[in-house]
Amino acid sequence: MRILVAMSGGVDSSVAAATMVERGHEVIGVTLKQWSGPDGRLPTAGCCTVADAEDARRVAAKLGIPYYVLDYRDRFAESVVAHFTSEYLAGRTPNPCIECNRRVRFGALLSRAAELGCDRLATGHHARVDHDGTRYRLLVGRDRDKDQSYVLHMLGQGELASILLPIGEMTKTEVRAEAARLGLRTATKADSQDLCFVAGDYREFLRERLPQAARPGPIVDATGTVVGSHRGTADFTIGQRKGLGVSFGEPRYVVGVDAATSTVTIGRREELAVEACLVTGVSFISGGAPEEGAEVAVKIRYRSAAVAATLWTENGGRRVRFSEAQLAVSPGQAAVFYRGDEVLGGGTIEEAA
Amino acid sequence: MLYLDHAATTPMRPEAREAMAPYLDADFGNPSGLHAPSRRAKDAIESARERLAALLGAAHPLDVVFTGGGTESDNLGLAGPCLAGSGRGGVVISAVEHEAVIETARFLGRLGCPVRVVPVDRFGRATPGDVAAAVDESTRVVSVMAANNETGVIQPVAEIAAAAREANPAVLVHTDAVQAMVSLPVNLGLLGVDLLTVASHKVGGPKGVGALVMRPGIELEPVIHGGGQELGRRSGTHDVAGIVGMVAAAEAAVFDRDRFGRDVGEARSRFEAKLTAAVPDVVFTIGAGADRLVQHSHFRVPGISAETLLIRLDGAGVAASAGSACQSGALEMSHVLAAMDLPAEEAAECVRITFGWTTSPHDGDSAAAAVATVVGDLR
Repeated sequence: MRILVAMSGGVDSSVAAATMVERGHEVIGVTLKQWSGPDGRLPTAGCCTVADAEDARRVAAKLGIPYYVLDYRDRFAESVVAHFTSEYLAGRTPNPCIECNRRVRFGALLSRAAELGCDRLATGHHARVDHDGTRYRLLVGRDRDKDQSYVLHMLGQGELASILLPIGEMTKTEVRAEAARLGLRTATKADSQDLCFVAGDYREFLRERLPQAARPGPIVDATGTVVGSHRGTADFTIGQRKGLGVSFGEPRYVVGVDAATSTVTIGRREELAVEACLVTGVSFISGGAPEEGAEVAVKIRYRSAAVAATLWTENGGRRVRFSEAQLAVSPGQAAVFYRGDEVLGGGTIEEAA
Repeated sequence: MLYLDHAATTPMRPEAREAMAPYLDADFGNPSGLHAPSRRAKDAIESARERLAALLGAAHPLDVVFTGGGTESDNLGLAGPCLAGSGRGGVVISAVEHEAVIETARFLGRLGCPVRVVPVDRFGRATPGDVAAAVDESTRVVSVMAANNETGVIQPVAEIAAAAREANPAVLVHTDAVQAMVSLPVNLGLLGVDLLTVASHKVGGPKGVGALVMRPGIELEPVIHGGGQELGRRSGTHDVAGIVGMVAAAEAAVFDRDRFGRDVGEARSRFEAKLTAAVPDVVFTIGAGADRLVQHSHFRVPGISAETLLIRLDGAGVAASAGSACQSGALEMSHVLAAMDLPAEEAAECVRITFGWTTSPHDGDSAAAAVATVVGDLR
């Protein structure tokens, strides 16, 4: 087969490309230029740096495959950055990795793979795809600590039929060992950060891009009483305990962030805890929905353990009832449903209650 | 492999390789010494200087400055006169200049030199009137390229030079003739310019060598400082083999120009005719609308991105390009096409095919067939 491999310049996608070559496929490597500095050039820090593209290029050269940098800046700005900022302004906590995977990698790039005459798109995600005889299934990566199935939950049968995730079968240690064995220069490269395009500092990014997030405003409690002030909502995220600049006898947590009104709401731990949440924009990988009241495990943040819950249809979405109250359930984040190793699907948390 | 990117660089001519060989081997001397090996190296570059001066119409061999390439020649051609005598002379450039000129102008602007950018028509040409209107008493250098590297469109440089001097008799006119020299007669007198940039590798010489050729008596502030080579105008030990190779290639190119024009012209005619027959909606950016270099064909196929087309061609063993790529190799919105008012979506579809001295007329057929095959696959 001819395979297009999305190469970020990191070790996972380097080894994904190498694996495809070793399996005897005809491989084309591409790096997506998603973001550029103010002068239009690749940035020197954060993601999509010149150094990342050069790393990917050297790996491709070592593997003897053609390599290209594709310009996806407009697409990324329209569908990922704009979504991130508008969601943030709407008082939510967006996950741009999911939008990027949905719109760019497994959207525009997947169509591009076909245009380039490729049969499949391979990426370096830690997750697995298998076929149970009837349907494609998305499974968590072998390396539980590195599992990235959360950011792939919105893929459907069409996408899963067209992608390969060779790294999902390997642990990170094995990936690095393989890179070292092949003499790839990315073997010891540090893992990339989530939220790649904000170049490591989410707060700084918000302050620069969204003047609303840098405006001073009140800190209020659940009753609306002003209990303090802040220098910009950019500094706060739901569940945050430190750096509130207010002191009470017992800890206070951020329970709401509204950039539009520059208001940060804080409350006690119990005010942060919810029994359920409403999830909208739900999709299921199999194409069909599980039974009412299905018992699943739910991940409500990328880097947190899945918790037991049941799913109930509500307003076209799903009401997720947790078996134990959860802290910091943030609207805008994805809720992803698992059964064992299998990803059933997921959606976006609309409200926590 | 079908190589259709001769404007990016072209294979080395055998004359250049042969001329260079001794200086990569036995005649390795540094031309700036007093002993015999130095004298042999010095003799080689001074002979090359005399021959390039004759080729490009310089009055005296010392009006040729050897540089590290076309980009450096452009830097020196603009910054040299503008900054001479601790001056802050102004520059007037066209909007479609090579980045070497545009970025130098921007740099001079940061140093306090007045900079004006002249718009172009829809074929990418600056008019003598617009250039003259931009020139005033602060203007030191006017720079308009002889032919554009992306589209191949030929600028009316002689008319522009005359109009600029009418506006201010003291201005110096510089032209970047890097692309034009391959197929057009290029010299100071014909183009009516005071400073002329040429580059070695575009005419079949080695990379990393160029020259700035001038009328006598022009004072230059150097952009590279050091041991004072090239009469202090460009320091650094000479790339003897490179200089010798460049001049041998330039002579070979001039000698070969008529044959080049015939073969390349035939290749391009066949390419454009056959591609039009196979893909009737293909759009040639310049086409018959304006004079263009014989080796350039710049076109787009509506609905097919340049990225996709070029990658598919590469996969089929055909090397072509878009005009503009960034450091990473990603295609960029071309400032040339933007200045020509081409919408961004159309600019992103533009592909450049450039033929060269190794092209046979039949390559035009093969090129058209390759593009047509990819377009057929995609549609």
